[in-house]
Amino acid sequence: MASKLLHRVRAVSARLKYSRTLSPTLAAFASSRLLSDVAPSASTSPAPQSSGSSDKFEHNAKSSSVRSSLKDPELAKFSAIADTWKDPSSARPFEGMKIVDVGCGGGILSEPLARMGASVTGVDAVDKNIKIARIHADLDPVTSTIEYCCTTAEKLVEEQRKFDAVISLEVIEHVADPAEFCQSLSALTIPEGALVISTINRSMRAYATAIVAAEYLLHWLPKGTHQWLSFLTPEELVLILQRSSICVKEMAGFVYNPLTGRWSLSDDVSVNFIAFGTKNSQ
Amino acid sequence: MVGMSLACSLASMPLTKHLNVAIIDSNPALVNGIRINKQDPPDPRVSTITPATTSMFRDIGAWQYLQPYRHAYFDQMQVWDYTGLGYTRYHARDVDKDSLGCVVENKVLQSSLLLCIQNADFQKRIFPSRLVSMSLNPGLKSKQMDGISSEISRADLAKLHLSDGTCLYAKLVVGADGSKSQVRELAGFKTTGWNYSQNAVICTVEHASENQCAWQRFLPAGPIALLPMGDNFSNIVWTMNPKEALDRKSMTEIDFVKTVNHALDHGFGPHPTSSLLGKGNIFSWFGAGVPTSGNGGFEIPPKVVKLASERMVFPLSLRHANDYVSKHVALIGDAAHTVHPLAGQGVNLGFGDAFALSRVIGEAIAVGMDIGEASLLKKYEAERKPANIAMMAILDGFQKAYSVDFGPLNILRAAGFHAANYISPLKRSIISYASGEQRLPLFT
Repeated sequence: MASKLLHRVRAVSARLKYSRTLSPTLAAFASSRLLSDVAPSASTSPAPQSSGSSDKFEHNAKSSSVRSSLKDPELAKFSAIADTWKDPSSARPFEGMKIVDVGCGGGILSEPLARMGASVTGVDAVDKNIKIARIHADLDPVTSTIEYCCTTAEKLVEEQRKFDAVISLEVIEHVADPAEFCQSLSALTIPEGALVISTINRSMRAYATAIVAAEYLLHWLPKGTHQWLSFLTPEELVLILQRSSICVKEMAGFVYNPLTGRWSLSDDVSVNFIAFGTKNSQ
Repeated sequence: MVGMSLACSLASMPLTKHLNVAIIDSNPALVNGIRINKQDPPDPRVSTITPATTSMFRDIGAWQYLQPYRHAYFDQMQVWDYTGLGYTRYHARDVDKDSLGCVVENKVLQSSLLLCIQNADFQKRIFPSRLVSMSLNPGLKSKQMDGISSEISRADLAKLHLSDGTCLYAKLVVGADGSKSQVRELAGFKTTGWNYSQNAVICTVEHASENQCAWQRFLPAGPIALLPMGDNFSNIVWTMNPKEALDRKSMTEIDFVKTVNHALDHGFGPHPTSSLLGKGNIFSWFGAGVPTSGNGGFEIPPKVVKLASERMVFPLSLRHANDYVSKHVALIGDAAHTVHPLAGQGVNLGFGDAFALSRVIGEAIAVGMDIGEASLLKKYEAERKPANIAMMAILDGFQKAYSVDFGPLNILRAAGFHAANYISPLKRSIISYASGEQRLPLFT
């Protein structure tokens, strides 16, 4: 199953190759997958089929049985913009979606998401990052709508915030308790909403590349940025997420081609990898 | 033309249709429109469009506006030199195509691009003035009270001042303003290059009947090219040293026609014969089994009957910008590179730039990137620079190879003609590359 899904992911990545910033790869990934799953699922199918085809999305949108937790105005709002979601050539495919970027840093992911039409909330525990992110985002009217908060996922849960999609890239390897962190992320996600986490695998290859090469040889990162023991394997991440009511649908790896200097999505999860899951509907 | 083709390309793609484009060009034709009558005498300024460029034009929906007007496809080409030692004859069917290229007057190209952009559902504004100054790094201003927040929201844009006093802010400034590009100057891009000690004389001539082949003969001072334009007209591009150019421009029309016929026919040297020392037979062994036009004999170009337009003279040079892009700025077309006209490639390189840039912009918008970002623009540069430099090197090589009259070198050139004529894989490769189908010579 994994390779079949990953083939589709690779079809997307084959079209889009990017520089080292992670946000574009994620956005490419997200735009192909998020759209089909963050549908106001009016159907009662418990777990959306793993086929992930766009037809499934259409089925969801048109299905007539309405569950009690959904309101008609919400449905109407989503179906009105549903056409833009299906359209791969729309410049603002995330119009109307609320996305939170947990661990946003300087806004490197939040800004492209906002340019693609999403209502973005960026949170980071470090106040300096938030300040820098705000200054940079204010330079462009499109990105100045991003809401930046210096806070943690747990505090957002306490405020009972909910989002259509929760994205947390390269954060979970730095938190003290990954299981609790995933619980918080899950609590921020609406039922059937999307959760995307990326991190580094706890493998020998990751030690050699992400720590030795990246920190000590190439100096891409400051020494001591990562602790190998805090890395998670894909299996562990899936388990933790399952315990937080998240069903992982797809997984992919990031690989760097030193000849072209470009990153791309691939089947190889041995170093950097990204997981996409949906929150179980209650 | 190249800048307008970029605008049309952006208008034709769904991802980029929503962009606001300001076109700054002091040419009054842009505002008043370009009126062309089919009976107009042919303009001397023409361009040879490769098949690759033609299909790009079709993709953006501009070709339909061109078709009602005079334009000529040609499917044959003959190249030879004054030594009479060799020649090459190309035919489009060597690469299973219908044509090798199309010759179109520049005003027809401009008009069709203008009509295309006017009819597109696209937000554009034409500013009929010139760029006076540009500021690319306004710098971050420190955050101040709300009243000044509008200044800050423009801090990441390029600021342009026009000659009529207008002030524009833009995320991306594209310099498509020709070989003496003002944008390139203001952005501080350095260029490398040299002037050829040659000028080109350009004019249109008429024949007794239709010409359907492109002819080019390398003479001691420079090549003369005869390109079919349709309706019995052909365009002449004759490269020579500046003094001769002035002479040719000022002599009477009848004398000029005589010198043209002389240059194309018996002047300066004999005709090449179809088989020289049995060389043709040796080389045809290489191409055995594959149909080529190598066995088509040498033909004499059609006689010029009279001059049909004024004669214009242009100095020739090679110039290449060391960088095509920096934050908020990109150069396309002649602003980035100027080449010798001996292979009709200059404007095709420019159109290639325009379409590459518009594709790169589309890919950026698909993932929410800021279109003025340097890393994105570098992608465009990495795509176009090698291709442009390769072409420029080849053209410059030809120009230098043909400017020396030295026995052994002449024979080497003749061997080159024979090789290109009779070795069919090489011939196909040359035609493909010149038609724009292949991006880099030899290694694709």
